[in-house]
Amino acid sequence: MFKLRRSVQKELLLLFRDVGGIVILFVMPLILLLAVTMVQKGSFDSILGGKVSVLLVDHDRESISQRIQEYFRADENLELLMELDGKPISEELAQELVRQGTYQLAVILPEHLSRDLNTHVQQNVDKIMSEFDFSGDTTLVATETKPIEPKEIKLYFDPAAHASFKTAIKMSIDKLVSNIESKTIYSTFQEELGEDMDIELGEQQFISYKEVGRDGEHAEESLPDAVQHNVPAWTLFAIFFIVVPLSINIVKEKAQGTMLRIETSPTSYALFLMGKTVTYLLISLIQFYLMLLVGIFVFPYIGLHSFQVGNSFGLLSVIALFSGLAAVGLGILIGTIASTQEQSAPFGATLTVVLAAVGGVWVPVFIMPPVMQQLSALSPMNWGLGAFYKVLLRGGGLVDILPEIILLILCFLLTLTVAILYDKKKRTV
Amino acid sequence: MSTTAIHIENLSKQYRGADFVAVQNLSLTIQSGEIFGLLGPNGAGKTTLLSMLCGIIRPTSGKFSINGYTYEQSPVQLKQSLGVVPQDFALYPSLTARENLLYFGSMYGLKGRKLEQEVIASLDALGLATFMDKRVETFSGGMKRRVNLLAGVLHRPKVLFLDEPTVGVDVHSKNAIMEYLKALHFQGTTIVYTSHHLSEAQAFCTRVGIMESGRLWKEGTPEQLIAEEEKAQTLEDVFIEITGKGLRDV
Repeated sequence: MFKLRRSVQKELLLLFRDVGGIVILFVMPLILLLAVTMVQKGSFDSILGGKVSVLLVDHDRESISQRIQEYFRADENLELLMELDGKPISEELAQELVRQGTYQLAVILPEHLSRDLNTHVQQNVDKIMSEFDFSGDTTLVATETKPIEPKEIKLYFDPAAHASFKTAIKMSIDKLVSNIESKTIYSTFQEELGEDMDIELGEQQFISYKEVGRDGEHAEESLPDAVQHNVPAWTLFAIFFIVVPLSINIVKEKAQGTMLRIETSPTSYALFLMGKTVTYLLISLIQFYLMLLVGIFVFPYIGLHSFQVGNSFGLLSVIALFSGLAAVGLGILIGTIASTQEQSAPFGATLTVVLAAVGGVWVPVFIMPPVMQQLSALSPMNWGLGAFYKVLLRGGGLVDILPEIILLILCFLLTLTVAILYDKKKRTV
Repeated sequence: MSTTAIHIENLSKQYRGADFVAVQNLSLTIQSGEIFGLLGPNGAGKTTLLSMLCGIIRPTSGKFSINGYTYEQSPVQLKQSLGVVPQDFALYPSLTARENLLYFGSMYGLKGRKLEQEVIASLDALGLATFMDKRVETFSGGMKRRVNLLAGVLHRPKVLFLDEPTVGVDVHSKNAIMEYLKALHFQGTTIVYTSHHLSEAQAFCTRVGIMESGRLWKEGTPEQLIAEEEKAQTLEDVFIEITGKGLRDV
């Protein structure tokens, strides 16, 4: 036990006397978390809540135009612009400004949109009414009418606009147009059936939806916004980045000959590795708590939501601990196999990035291609992230995260065993 | 009565994929209390032999025992009885001399006050007491060489392997190291020593062996070997006679 204690003491001394190493281990992950969260906040907001300027080129200037303007003005996330520098916007100018990325969206309403829609609806209503033979009413006689050409509302999107932003806008406008069409049909029928009819038609949409959360309440509060997504995701990324300094540390031990001293001493390679495991596990937990503290206390000062831990502090710590263990195992394996820092550092860094990408740190697994979704199940970061989401978003307990914890432990045991066997094999060269 | 410290029988090593044998059927016995000089040009097989004896690599064939122990049967006891001082400074540069020695001492099972006292006394014996709390990276080559030596002998090994312990140091450090080694020998430590300083070996060793191409060509006291070669005045003359004058670039 005293050998292990002395090994940990040595490792900590080595770490804390390397200022650059400390910066990489503790400060860089915090900068990464802050930067990525702030950047992604903009992206999330563009879909979920940020103010987006919309150019409206209005060739209609009638009822539909009025309804669309009302709709855009009512949405606090959208800012409607119909003039620039006091002049109406032309379609060409709007197209150019959106193409340049100055604005994210331009909506072009065609000429006579309202009038043609009314005519089109009127023609259809007339046809239907004529089928019912309301005798004596000359207006109900179907007449030969010229068909109205379908109209197009043109949408110009910034080429760099996020696909989900485009989808959200298209769906909103589609819904708005359908709503206007329905109302026009209703009011036309109302007019046709008699001006003296005093029927109040419900303005409200009859079928609506309600998203229900895990507690039977509205789910909006538990949606993973940038903060709730990024704190666990990037904390995991930082924890796994320990692979780089740890593997370098082991390669250094080999290069400077200190490993040789251990190999020729009565201390086993396993105990030597346990010293590193305990130390780097401690480091990963410190990283985790630092990032948690930043998420909870610093984020609100820079315009981000505070990270919500709720009653899950203990469970989150358990996940961080075992994720750290898996990361340490990978670092030990790479450090044992690599013979130079030039091998271990780039390989360790690349592996971490690949595991993060495959594991769903950057892009949610469910939107990945099927092959990648299957591959993601092999990434320890995916296990850790899955466990974090189970606790933070699905109200999971220790039993729920047990499969992920077991996988993380197996990852550590497997990598450690391979490292020890490789070291033994190396001596038979 | 002297006992056997190291017994080697037909030891061979051929590295995987190599077209030569690094050590060939080498047999040797070193008695307790000897200072055995393992001499030979670069590539003669000295480091391979030491690496096998230290347990870093495994032999292809043959066997050996150290202090009656083998790696197969008693690896921990064998390693506990061994001290290894590599040619490179096998130290942590950012740790102080004391921190380095405390760590390496503890890896040999030393602990507590005994370890602390041993570290301070050893550093004092090699003139490093006033520098014990300074980082090794700030030391001169001679100082590092002395700490490097201490890290291998802190646990008072029965057999000590030294790989060129005085290479690249000034006269003062060299004298301090040699005196310290003589004191260890006086206390009963068996020393196996490699060096390219043949005059140093002649003065220091009780017996030497000259290796060439993986084989042990000659062994005996320096005086015996010099006497056996007709024209030899020194150990260096014997060495040149056996290994030739050609350059050895490995």
